[in-house]
Amino acid sequence: MRELTDADLVVRCRAGDDDCWRELVTRYSRYVYAISVQAFRLPESDADDVFQEVFARAYEHLDKLRDDSALRPWLAQLTRRLCIDTLRSGSREQPTGEDADLEGVDDAIERFDEALSISEAMRTLPDHCAEILDRFFAQDESYRMIGEALELPAGTVASRISRCLTRLRGELEGEGRNAAPAQSGGWR
Amino acid sequence: MKAHDEERIADLLRLLRPAPEAWVRAAQEIPLALRGLDDIVERARADDRFRRALIADLESALAAEGFEPDAKVVDALRRRLPADE
Repeated sequence: MRELTDADLVVRCRAGDDDCWRELVTRYSRYVYAISVQAFRLPESDADDVFQEVFARAYEHLDKLRDDSALRPWLAQLTRRLCIDTLRSGSREQPTGEDADLEGVDDAIERFDEALSISEAMRTLPDHCAEILDRFFAQDESYRMIGEALELPAGTVASRISRCLTRLRGELEGEGRNAAPAQSGGWR
Repeated sequence: MKAHDEERIADLLRLLRPAPEAWVRAAQEIPLALRGLDDIVERARADDRFRRALIADLESALAAEGFEPDAKVVDALRRRLPADE
């Protein structure tokens, strides 16, 4: 499932494949979460509503996606719009993000795009590399926690993180040499 | 793709923190929930007593069918219920 492209996932989701839908949500859950919580600074209760609404609308309107490979910008656009609607609705209890700087938001989304590209490159690494890098960097687990979970000594955890990071960098450099042009999203 | 040194890669990896598990699970179950609503609407079309029970107290009827009657589910179903005749 992890090796499927976004376009493959979209086609299979449209055909009613629930496993592919679960993979699509897994693949983009952090991205949508980051946009609402980090870029727009929505409180968790609003971010939860936005998160569910993004995926509900995505599921209902998958057939309106113009280019199946443009899932990422489409979801970003959808999340961005729903976050702005939430901020404007005035229904939230706290005034966080009332004067959200949309330029700053777009810069943040650009960084999340780049982070997501790195996550995608991680899918080409062996499972143990992807897991250890994710635990350490994204989940902020300590060497000790990772060591306990993976039954490894802390020193091995540290050296494995370093080796896997080097390997990931190598993957990204290879990808950079063969980079495809950026995609654009939108509705049909 | 910009050039990446390892420090930059690490900084970017830190940006994408996991969303709460319950949120992810709920989003993954959207197709099942929608199909469940389809079943309820079909039953309401076929069974007048069930339809009246839904219209009288939608939240309780949904809970009895195993749905958490949150506002979105209730609204979605209310929009789809066949009108009273």
